[in-house]
Amino acid sequence: MIALLLRDLRLAMRAGGGFGLGLAFFLLVAVLVPLGVGPEGGVLARIAPGILWVGALLACLLSLDRLFALDHEDGSLDLLATAPIPLEGVVAIKALAHWLVTGLPLTLAAPLLGVLLHLPDSGQVWLVASLAVGTPALSSIGAFGAALTVGLKRGGLLLSLLVLPLYVPTLIFGAEIIKRGAAGMAVEVPLLLLAGITLGAAAALPFASALALRINLR
Amino acid sequence: MDFVVSDLAVARGGICVLEGVNFTLRPGAALVLRGPNGVGKTTLLRTLAGLQPPLEGQISAPPEAIAYAAHADGLKGTLSVTENLEFWAAVHGTRGIDHALDRMNLRDLRDRRAANLSAGQKRRLGLARLLVSGRPIWMLDEPTVSLDVASVALFAGVVRDHLGQGGSALMATHIDLGLSEAAVLDLAAFRAQGRVQAAHGFDEAFA
Amino acid sequence: MSIWEYANPKKFIATAQRVLPWVATGAAVALIMGLIWGFFFTPDDYKQGSTVKIIFLHVPAAMMAINAWVMMLVTSLVWLVRRHHVSALAARAAAPVGMTFTLIALATGAFWGQPMWGTWWEWDPRLTSFLILFLFYLGYVALWEAVENPDTAADLTAVLCMVGSVFAVLSRYAVKFWNQGLHQDSTILKVGEKDPLDPAYYWPLAVCIAGFILLFVALVLLRTITEIRLRRLAVIEARERLGS
Repeated sequence: MIALLLRDLRLAMRAGGGFGLGLAFFLLVAVLVPLGVGPEGGVLARIAPGILWVGALLACLLSLDRLFALDHEDGSLDLLATAPIPLEGVVAIKALAHWLVTGLPLTLAAPLLGVLLHLPDSGQVWLVASLAVGTPALSSIGAFGAALTVGLKRGGLLLSLLVLPLYVPTLIFGAEIIKRGAAGMAVEVPLLLLAGITLGAAAALPFASALALRINLR
Repeated sequence: MDFVVSDLAVARGGICVLEGVNFTLRPGAALVLRGPNGVGKTTLLRTLAGLQPPLEGQISAPPEAIAYAAHADGLKGTLSVTENLEFWAAVHGTRGIDHALDRMNLRDLRDRRAANLSAGQKRRLGLARLLVSGRPIWMLDEPTVSLDVASVALFAGVVRDHLGQGGSALMATHIDLGLSEAAVLDLAAFRAQGRVQAAHGFDEAFA
Repeated sequence: MSIWEYANPKKFIATAQRVLPWVATGAAVALIMGLIWGFFFTPDDYKQGSTVKIIFLHVPAAMMAINAWVMMLVTSLVWLVRRHHVSALAARAAAPVGMTFTLIALATGAFWGQPMWGTWWEWDPRLTSFLILFLFYLGYVALWEAVENPDTAADLTAVLCMVGSVFAVLSRYAVKFWNQGLHQDSTILKVGEKDPLDPAYYWPLAVCIAGFILLFVALVLLRTITEIRLRRLAVIEARERLGS
């Protein structure tokens, strides 16, 4: 299992692995939105939580279609399915690797983009907290979507169509945490709900994803 | 332990291609699957490896005893030969890839990235995975594709050693590996009479 | 006599074809009666005027939009557990019908909201939830269309339906949390409370709901028969290609 995690991380870091693409996309969103909306600080500060969360969501989505598709093409997925590690574990590890190369860098880079979007200082800590708690759910849910569409030729678009509605609760609670935090309100309730979604998704979805993978492999 | 397959029926794309497949593979024995293209060799091997459920019939060995080598070798181009092989060794919980590198004549290439290997070298690396899997029953789907004469002989030696150590091998191949001890199973004899899998319990209702 | 007898497609088609005319007629009668009664023979609301009468389309459509998804969930589970093809095909047949009901609920909601709230679209939790439900339907139908092998498609959509149901419920609560909303509460089951549904509306609405239920059953039966025949056709074609 650790070997699989290390392999996926190594593949992401090597040339053509796509590490940093999501981060660059996230940065572009934060630059393009003010260009479209106008430079008014008050407006930007108000929409910053939503923009940052939508940006993180789309940046995650960007690399999802490669999650199983590459392993499917070169035969690794067949071999992993016949290997002595459970397929549920394979899915969980690959989702974890996906989070380490997309969700985690996004979380760490987010305060910088928060400054670009005039997010109040009181919101910064909640921006990082909400992304840290919420982005693992994005990877788990995304892995489920990727497992459903792994055998399809043009799976990328369908993947977005399947995954984005599933992202709704994560997005709502995540952005709500920042909004409330920036306004100095209590954030415990949305934070706990978001943590609940992440834990639930990480615990239960690998089973559904592994089921979908087995169906697609046969 | 004998590997016994009884009354197996397998489907490809919803259509039953082989039925009534029976054979026994003893430790130390090899069986070569023959038959024209499309007869269902790959489908049979995938079913035996546990990648798809059989329509009917029994397979005596669990998938955990089977090492499967398909057309695709499961290699990552940006990883080196050593990294690729070490990964599969770790997945299978075995140690030491040196032996496998030596046997498949890959020692000199060990630091080369898999993307820079020739087709035959890639194939040798894919087959070296069998050696690190530590599993007794090998399922080989056209193992000699893109191998030159010397490499075929090398691989035949590897298979012979595996059989000598009590392993067994089931292979679909058109090329004679020169394994005199291998029995031949002609799959054309088990060709199904065009039963459609979707029909299973569905089609009969209209009969 | 067990319900599983209808898992036999031939038996299902035979029974469905016998029942279908009655259900369709019932749906037509109930809808015509309910809508005429509701539109022309009920008083205007003291606050909402005649706009309130859109309730006779809006409420039944919204109810069936949700019930259709629940039915898909049940039939998907039956397919996963018992492998009855008819069940999977019924789920497939129900999806576009449910999607259409969702659209009707959204559209009538917009027509109702315009004079009441002064806007065609309001990000009200109920309306937003239905918009999200529509997206779930869209994904489900798209997955059915995208996968070639029918059994694989049935399996994958069944798994999606199960996971989707959990997330649909989660979304409903998340959306409530996100915005408290303008939408009035459901009034149907509020007899004896502060702001109940006028009894004058109660019976025509009940007839309309019955009409929508019958319409749904009729459409699903018809579409399931069609799906079974399409599957049967695919089987025959596959056998032709095999030349036997």
